[in-house]
Amino acid sequence: MTLTGTPPAVGTAVGPAVGPAVGRGVRRLDGRVKVRGMARYAFEQLAESPAYLHLLQSTVARGRVSDVDASEAEALEGVLLVLTHLNSPKLADTSDGEYTVLQSPGVAFRGQIVGCVVATSPEVARHGAELVRIRYDEHPHDTRLREDDPDLYAPDEVNASFPTDTDEGPVEEALRSSAVVVDQRYSTPMEHNNPMEPHSCIATWDESQERPTLTVYDSTQGAHGVASTLAKVLGLAQQDVRVISPYVGGGFGSKGLPHAHNVLVALAARTLPGRPVKLALTRQQMFFLAGYRTPTLQRVRIGADADGRITGLVHEAVEQTSRIKEFAEQTTVVSRNMYAARARRTSHRLAALDVPVPSWMRAPGEAPGMYGLEHAMDELAEACGLDPVELRIRNDPPADPETGKPWSGRHLVECLRVGAERFGWSRRGPTGSRRDGDWLVGFGVASSTYPGNVMPGSVARVRYGGRGHYAVHIGAADIGTGSWTALNQVAADALGLAMNRVHLEIGDTALPMATVEGGSSGMASHGSAILEACRRFREEHGESPEPGATTESAAAEHPEAKEYATHSYGAQFVEVRVDADTGEVRVPRMVGVFSCGRIVNPRTARSQFRGGMVWGLSMALFEHSIVDHRFGHVMNHDLADYHVPTNADVVDIDVSWLDETDLHLNPLGVRGIGEIGITGTAAAVASAVHNATGIRVRDLPITPDTLVR
Amino acid sequence: MRPFTYERALDPADAVARVAAHPDAAYLGGGTNLVDHLRLGVAAPGRLVDVSRLALDRVESRDDGGLRIGAAVRNSDLAAHPSVRHDFPVLSQALLAGASGQIRNMATTAGNLLQRTRCRYFQDVTTPCNKREPGSGCPAVEGRNRTLAILGASEHCVATHPSDMAVALAALDADVVVLGPSGERRIPMADLHRLPGDEPARDTTLDPGELITAVELAPLPAARRSAYRKVRDRASYAFALVSVAAVLEVEDGVVREVRIALGGVAHKPWRATRAEEALRGREATAEGFRAAAEAELGAARPLSENAFKVPMARNAITATLRGLVRAAGERA
Repeated sequence: MTLTGTPPAVGTAVGPAVGPAVGRGVRRLDGRVKVRGMARYAFEQLAESPAYLHLLQSTVARGRVSDVDASEAEALEGVLLVLTHLNSPKLADTSDGEYTVLQSPGVAFRGQIVGCVVATSPEVARHGAELVRIRYDEHPHDTRLREDDPDLYAPDEVNASFPTDTDEGPVEEALRSSAVVVDQRYSTPMEHNNPMEPHSCIATWDESQERPTLTVYDSTQGAHGVASTLAKVLGLAQQDVRVISPYVGGGFGSKGLPHAHNVLVALAARTLPGRPVKLALTRQQMFFLAGYRTPTLQRVRIGADADGRITGLVHEAVEQTSRIKEFAEQTTVVSRNMYAARARRTSHRLAALDVPVPSWMRAPGEAPGMYGLEHAMDELAEACGLDPVELRIRNDPPADPETGKPWSGRHLVECLRVGAERFGWSRRGPTGSRRDGDWLVGFGVASSTYPGNVMPGSVARVRYGGRGHYAVHIGAADIGTGSWTALNQVAADALGLAMNRVHLEIGDTALPMATVEGGSSGMASHGSAILEACRRFREEHGESPEPGATTESAAAEHPEAKEYATHSYGAQFVEVRVDADTGEVRVPRMVGVFSCGRIVNPRTARSQFRGGMVWGLSMALFEHSIVDHRFGHVMNHDLADYHVPTNADVVDIDVSWLDETDLHLNPLGVRGIGEIGITGTAAAVASAVHNATGIRVRDLPITPDTLVR
Repeated sequence: MRPFTYERALDPADAVARVAAHPDAAYLGGGTNLVDHLRLGVAAPGRLVDVSRLALDRVESRDDGGLRIGAAVRNSDLAAHPSVRHDFPVLSQALLAGASGQIRNMATTAGNLLQRTRCRYFQDVTTPCNKREPGSGCPAVEGRNRTLAILGASEHCVATHPSDMAVALAALDADVVVLGPSGERRIPMADLHRLPGDEPARDTTLDPGELITAVELAPLPAARRSAYRKVRDRASYAFALVSVAAVLEVEDGVVREVRIALGGVAHKPWRATRAEEALRGREATAEGFRAAAEAELGAARPLSENAFKVPMARNAITATLRGLVRAAGERA
């Protein structure tokens, strides 16, 4: 399926890591243990005589706990502990409001942790939690995001350390003098990550040694990050906290950072030293405590010449954060370099509300931002009377508009052209022109993009075990993406070995430090560290090392990366069918073509791209956390009511990629593929819905009620 | 989650005796709804009496050509039963439109009828709900009510009944056979479920301790041409925004027999008697179908977020009847 013959504009040199394994669609090494149920996830780890924790959550959105009556719960047989702010151990560091658990009676959002019951069985813990009577002084709360909120503010920076605002050139003047102007508002709702495996952990506090230690089995995208956070918050030395996380049932950003429940379990474990304390959040609890995507209110203004060349572009976003911790989604950053424009302005404004803490979720920034920008581009194409593919090609910038740096392989135009061919885009008819029985048929398109990220700091260790077997150690995570397999491929080639001679170990802070499996940076960061450690191992120990020979190394310096603007691109084409009677939308066909540098494992990569596109479809049609602002919490907090696609919603997804290598970013030539698939998809669906029906739905999700007439 | 005792009934009479003697006892069928309620704190029975293994798991043909469906027949078995598929396709389609394969494998006929509303406020014990806690208020009336009722609701409750199967049974005029402490009785489907009125805590007209033992279908030749249309937010595993169960017999272009019931619009399966009256004996035309649907929906009182259900129900009724005419090779 890989497309050959597409000329890579850069990176033509043969990379040092290409070998028999990299580039091959190796089956998942962990597949057998997973399908047989033998892979132990965090909650399933063996623990002797464990205790089970059930949360107590606030039932007011703002106020103070005024009274706790735990007597009935404490009298229940099997209850070991009722922990609240009244009896909690003190934390050593309270600089992060999310992790400051049970340190005061204050309540900053509905569903916040106000205590827990620990018992000898999960059933008793849950029953005990129902018996704890908590009273509150309730204060007026505000959970509603409004564009005209007088308290909107500009954060110091937005997520991933981007500037909050940019302003280049006289954009108002450019818009005034444009032949065509699109000025529209778009919105994306609050959305929750909802990985299949709930957030879960087992914590054991050990005081039998000279210094207390904490061991945590956790479901996380970054074991080292959990360990350093817990060490800081609890006042332990980092080496005294061990986090183990070999298998993770999805994260989607919500396991990129530890959350309040991790601190709570550690506090409970500290109160019951020597006893493992287990917690798995319920699905309902995940809607309060595991992060989510802020709703976004976006305004996009684009001016263009009569021939569709963009003159001015303004992209503004209003978003929410919590009162206890700031998270600023970088929604409009994509508009800073996606297309050429003579003048442009971007901004982010935040409202700090009485809401849970928002965080990373599946392409934070790019996912909602590319929805607003790409939907506006579709409207601009219509206003200019241009094919939306052609409009994008006309506005492809020769160099990064933001920095002036050369692109490290920008192949958006190729993706659009190849995708149009694979999809049959030329058969697209005018708006509202195609009907098949009771179905209105439409085609849509949008671009995708994601930055090429490498995170510094990861270290890999290579050790020769004798008899031809090598151990490769790095504390990286496999969140279901295929890291167990793909990192093994990199190591095998770098050492010049068959894959079964390499024994990879990941998911443990006892292994060398690895950065978080997030920002689509895993392969570029962890793979590069493995590559360099393997190279140095051979340099130091040769082809016939002594058993026990060991080399540890971080990734090699790659100063060239700073000289280029490094982004991945893609194009997505979608066919929708809208039931003419009921407004139901079905998506029988999606085509995605991506340009992401070298693909290490085509089999797992295809799953990642396809999964990204499914999430994009999900964002377009389904996902919506519905808040009742009188109470201040999400009402549809389960998977029966918070909709994601079912198998019946996902039909034919055609994934391909350009055959290329990007050696400017890292010596592996990879750019990361985890998140690009979700970007632009929702705009392509909205474009197709408009093509089918003539109706512009600018507020996601596009549900039948928005289309029924 | 309160501790409870679990016991298995020996036969229907034993089950009734066990539940009738204890006000806090509940029957346990497939558990697909009740077990959720135990976890959520929506229900806290002290005693569960398992009736899923009673000898009520057969679908039997009656001498008159009708069917007797045991209360413990699993939804997936009922949907696949040849007589159901051939004689009452609307019922088979409705069952298959409900829930997921795994849930249908567990859920029983009686349990499906007695499942409770999925109104978010009902299922969230941190909010008031007149159905769960009589007198506490109904936040849905002015709250997040997109999925809730447009017909027959009250100021006390705007919940919808979630079943698909029950909508088909309402269209088919099924009888529900019930065993109680004082013996057996039959309840017409139309009378099993209630409108909320000022007593929304009561979903049905069953008396305490009564156990559904069977559902009976009288022969209805017209039902061989019947269909279930479910409009929902995704292609599978979603409750109906609106659904239509319809039976239509047309002869020489004239409607001879018609039965229509709606789901997703009311506290009970909504038998569209006004629409039926408007159609019976008249010409079967698309315009006539639409006018009949509008006649039924004239009584609709949409809430703040669900006015879309009125045109959606109208179009779904019209399209379902149109489809039945088309399937018969006639014109409309």
